[in-house]
Amino acid sequence: MTTAVDPSKTQAQAEAEQWLRMYRQMLMIRSFEESANDLYTRALMPGLAHLYIGEEAIAVGVCQSLNPNDYITSTHRGHGHCLAKGAELDRMFAELLGKKAGYCKGKGGSMHIADPETGNLGANAIVGGSAGIATGAALSAKRLKTNQVAVCFFGDGAMGQGLLYEVMNMAALWKLPVIYVCENNLYNEYTHNSETLAGDMVTRAAGFGIPGEAIDGQDVRKVYATAKEIVNRVRGGAGPAFLVCNTYRFHGHHVGDVKRDYYRSKEEETMWKTQRDPVKMLADWLISEKLADRAALDKMHAEVEAEVKKAVKFAIDAPYPGVDEVHDDIYA
Amino acid sequence: MPETRELTLGEAVREALAEEMRRDSTVFICGEDIAEAGTVFKVLSGLVDEFGPERVLDTPISEPGFTGMAVGAAMTGMRPVVDIMFGDFSTLVMDQMVNQAAKVHYMSGGKWKVPMVMRATLGASRRSAAQHSQSLHAWFCHIPGLKVVLPSTPYDAKGLMKTAIRDENPVVFFEDKMMYKLKGPVPPEDYTIPLGLADVKRKGDDVTIVATSSMVQVALGAATMLDAQGISAEVIDPRTLWPLDEETILESVKKTARAIVVDEGYFRYGATAEIASVIAEKCFFDLDWPVKRIGAMHVPIPFSPPLEDATVPTEQMVFDAARNMFE
Ligand SMILES: Cc1ncc(C[n+]2csc(CCOP(=O)(O)OP(=O)(O)O)c2C)c(N)n1
Repeated sequence: MTTAVDPSKTQAQAEAEQWLRMYRQMLMIRSFEESANDLYTRALMPGLAHLYIGEEAIAVGVCQSLNPNDYITSTHRGHGHCLAKGAELDRMFAELLGKKAGYCKGKGGSMHIADPETGNLGANAIVGGSAGIATGAALSAKRLKTNQVAVCFFGDGAMGQGLLYEVMNMAALWKLPVIYVCENNLYNEYTHNSETLAGDMVTRAAGFGIPGEAIDGQDVRKVYATAKEIVNRVRGGAGPAFLVCNTYRFHGHHVGDVKRDYYRSKEEETMWKTQRDPVKMLADWLISEKLADRAALDKMHAEVEAEVKKAVKFAIDAPYPGVDEVHDDIYA
Repeated sequence: MPETRELTLGEAVREALAEEMRRDSTVFICGEDIAEAGTVFKVLSGLVDEFGPERVLDTPISEPGFTGMAVGAAMTGMRPVVDIMFGDFSTLVMDQMVNQAAKVHYMSGGKWKVPMVMRATLGASRRSAAQHSQSLHAWFCHIPGLKVVLPSTPYDAKGLMKTAIRDENPVVFFEDKMMYKLKGPVPPEDYTIPLGLADVKRKGDDVTIVATSSMVQVALGAATMLDAQGISAEVIDPRTLWPLDEETILESVKKTARAIVVDEGYFRYGATAEIASVIAEKCFFDLDWPVKRIGAMHVPIPFSPPLEDATVPTEQMVFDAARNMFE
């Protein structure tokens, strides 16, 4: 999200603050997901938990380039997108636990968090299912002249869904302000995408005349810079854009996916976790550029963990909705 | 006496859409061949001249795509009306209607709303064969979060369409393609008909015939035949299958003690099953005869004219069913 520029600050200072803000957000998502994992394994969280750990730089880099009232749609792996767009930790956890204080009064759960206040049109448990919604929101923005853009986050698995190509066709025909962001973490559940995707991803969008590029999704500086440039272009009326962020999910498809050796190797996982961790990569850079020292980053980490812990407690203590509420909100 | 005119059902739908588009600039229509062509049934002819191509939006042949976009547009300040050329193609948009449109309000704990209308045709007997002749409205009635409307007269079509557009929820609106030329009185002024209010199309004392869409005409024809036999039939059109006006139906059945339900959807697991079971559950002891259901034959709709005609309920079938109740 953009913040007002303080003229007394030097550009370098402002930039340093911006990277530190993004670092904090990545830490927050990381810590949120670790707590979700913990809640799930302690049987406090019902349902499914699809963790975003390893992919934090994408949500943060993209959402930092958006205005608060810009729209996003998200996926079953959506906690990171919701948080990066401005969701509060406590109401997020409450939703994960099915509590009334949650973003959707406990009716949505992990895979359906939505929040009009932060432009979040909703996470979606149908793979590729929100492509229409994001594109329709872009249509509204254009017709109502609101200057908003819509970002549609999806995984590489959604590249197999026809809906995506139907709406890309219309978005390109009608120059709609929508950005399709593919988080290519290589796997569709338990299948490598070399078995599910033909050809080249970026040229698929190019077939509709939609400009696209593939970037390193572990480098938040790269994601942010690219997204900012794309958002400006799309907001300016250039029509839709496509961005592939190459990434990796450090954990299983969901929390219960622990025996993974039949579809991916330990070595591969270790390589990504040790050499391609987006949080560590940004920390190393901040230190090498002398924008922060290790102690400052550690302090930030401790603060974030304390916030997360407080939010978890809030959610655990929060009451469930009354059973009589089951009939509420079916019709507006 | 207020002024009144005769319009066809198609003209009544068009007038409702035009008036709502004039009234509210966020209403727009999208679908295939709807602008210059005015749809294959010409129902939307001329709208593009008044409202322009941005509000009468010709789309590619992408039913899931434009229906999904309507969901997103509805959530963000517009009131889209989606035109699905033939109701049979609604099968393509099931994810967008069932998993997206119908769920958004509930899953978001009431935070987002989806004020959209999906228009589609239903009905056999145009010799269009199995992929252009189905009546699939019962599918949508099965889904909480959707409302389902089936008008049977031009008057109802106009009033119900206006209500559907102003509703804050996704509404599925089925128009029988054999009824577009059906004429009836339609007042020129603005009026709406609430969703969930049945209409007694004909008063009677001896048997209640609950009929939907084009089956209302079939029921009225059967009622005339029954009159000649001294049997007085009451014909009730629920007008919306969901919400369903149980009260009007049950009141009538309590009076007549006999009920027939006629619908052009498939018989098995269909709209007739639901209405018949509501009657059986709620006024079993008022009944002098088991509830009779009449629906489309359970086959893919065949092309050959005598075969196709055999699949659709007829006046004779309704007459025979009623006669049988008085043997
Ligand atoms: C339409 C549909 N088909 C199948 C599924 C089951 N499913 C859930 S996640 C998933 C894999 C998704 O992979 P990808 O899109 O790459 O996202 P990732 O999990 O890697 O973030 C599948 C097949 C689903 N939710 N929706």
